[in-house]
Amino acid sequence: MTATTLEDADRRKAWGFAAPALLWTLAFFVVPFLFMAAMSLWKREGREIVRVWNLDNYLRFFSESALLQGLINSLEITVIVTVLSVLLAYPLAWIIAERVPKRFQRMALILAILPFWTSYVVRSYSWLLVLSKNGVINQMLTSAGLIAEQLAIASTRTATVIGFVHFFVMLLTLTIYSNLIQLSPNYRRAAADLGANAFQTFWHVVLPLTLPGIMTGAFLTFVLCIGDYVTPQILGGNNELVLPQIIMLQLGRRADFPMAAALSIILMLAVTVAYVLCARWLKIERA
Amino acid sequence: MLRRVFIGSVSWAYLALVYAFIFLPVAVLVLFSFQDGRLPVPPFNGFSTQWYEAVFADRKLMAALGNSMLVAISSSMVSCVLGFLAAYSLARYKLPGSALQRGLLIAPMTVSYLIIALGLLALLNALHMPLSLLTVGIGHVVINLPLCFAIIYASMGDHQINIERAARDLGASDFKVMALVTAPMLMPSILAAFFLSVTFSWDEFIIAFLLSRFDVTLPVEIWSMLRSGLNPKTNAIGSLVFLASVALLLILEFSLFGRTKKQ
Repeated sequence: MTATTLEDADRRKAWGFAAPALLWTLAFFVVPFLFMAAMSLWKREGREIVRVWNLDNYLRFFSESALLQGLINSLEITVIVTVLSVLLAYPLAWIIAERVPKRFQRMALILAILPFWTSYVVRSYSWLLVLSKNGVINQMLTSAGLIAEQLAIASTRTATVIGFVHFFVMLLTLTIYSNLIQLSPNYRRAAADLGANAFQTFWHVVLPLTLPGIMTGAFLTFVLCIGDYVTPQILGGNNELVLPQIIMLQLGRRADFPMAAALSIILMLAVTVAYVLCARWLKIERA
Repeated sequence: MLRRVFIGSVSWAYLALVYAFIFLPVAVLVLFSFQDGRLPVPPFNGFSTQWYEAVFADRKLMAALGNSMLVAISSSMVSCVLGFLAAYSLARYKLPGSALQRGLLIAPMTVSYLIIALGLLALLNALHMPLSLLTVGIGHVVINLPLCFAIIYASMGDHQINIERAARDLGASDFKVMALVTAPMLMPSILAAFFLSVTFSWDEFIIAFLLSRFDVTLPVEIWSMLRSGLNPKTNAIGSLVFLASVALLLILEFSLFGRTKKQ
């Protein structure tokens, strides 16, 4: 409808249709978020929350090494996971798109993301079966006589990274594959006509063309990974806490809601910074 | 020639390795759900279905299963209805500030579930509202509404406008147009939005964990089972959820999405 002159009745109707969704988002997303942001500027004293504006929570974040270390752990793990997942998923997506015969491709893709459909909590737990002291890997290596002492993989950063990479390889394979098959074969033919070999074609033509898709997938990985509590809690244990684990600790044992709110705002700022970096980088690529 | 064979076999070896990595935990999970013994780790003592019997005999687990279905289906229905109405309004009428409205409706997608849950929890506490399945459902609509809105809005093309206009010329009211003309035309994408949000809500943990109290959903109940360490019963319920999701996926693949592809 190219309505430049909306009548009042129409306008009222349009607002009426949009209102429920808008009000829901305002009441249960915007207002709670603003309330939490305000709360991060309050303070806990004893069991009471004191409603006096102050920056103590944020100052404490930068002065208490345990809190700051949480953010550093989160960032390190997230960056490692994102890079590893892209490096593992890209060749897989490429092989499915290029080497697997056309009529088996959909099948291969569905297989590659099938474990996606296990429940999220159960997926981390099932890695525990593989990685724990009496788990599958240790027993296999011991009975093969490769190791004398059992490896402690569970409850380490390595276990967290493995659990995350498992999840995100599936996600990224899907996004990168859909990018690869959208590429017109003409680009590759043109490159071949101009004398490029297979590697040169990939490096100078295919890879740059799929880069925006990779960046989108990588950003999604970053956001989901840095905000996750389940995988680090089940697989990483309590040795190196990440930010979401510290936030949950504030809620539970310490009943310090203002601090949890401040840490959440910091988590969100980290995501925003990542977004700004990604967006800027993408623009330069396109120019 | 030799080089081609070499690259080919490296590709297949890589494919096999990554598939092994992807399937290893699931295979272990399902295999040891049949463990005849107390520990779901090697050695495999023998085949037994005792842990599946234990799952079905567990009242709390079965109640959580029911709660999860209730929350997933009702919150997805609310998300679809609200998303559809908003999409209709924004696609068919040019309201002032429509870009801002779209931005607002999509915004929750960009925020971690943990932060959405904390905000709601803070507000509910301040208002002295008790936590229940209802509050979990409210949270799940917050995360699923952007999804439903985006999917349905994207499928509202201009080519349907003339059909809607014809219905209106014949005297149909706005609600009749929506219910009898627009919604049936968009049914594939409405159903896609519905099933996608059912799976999201069904599997969601952190919002359900923070916003529930006595009645909990399945992921939260499984979470509390994890406190007892490795347990074949957890394997059994995990395998059941996996099989049910795969079955649902296959049904959708062959019925719903298979049909839309042909159209």
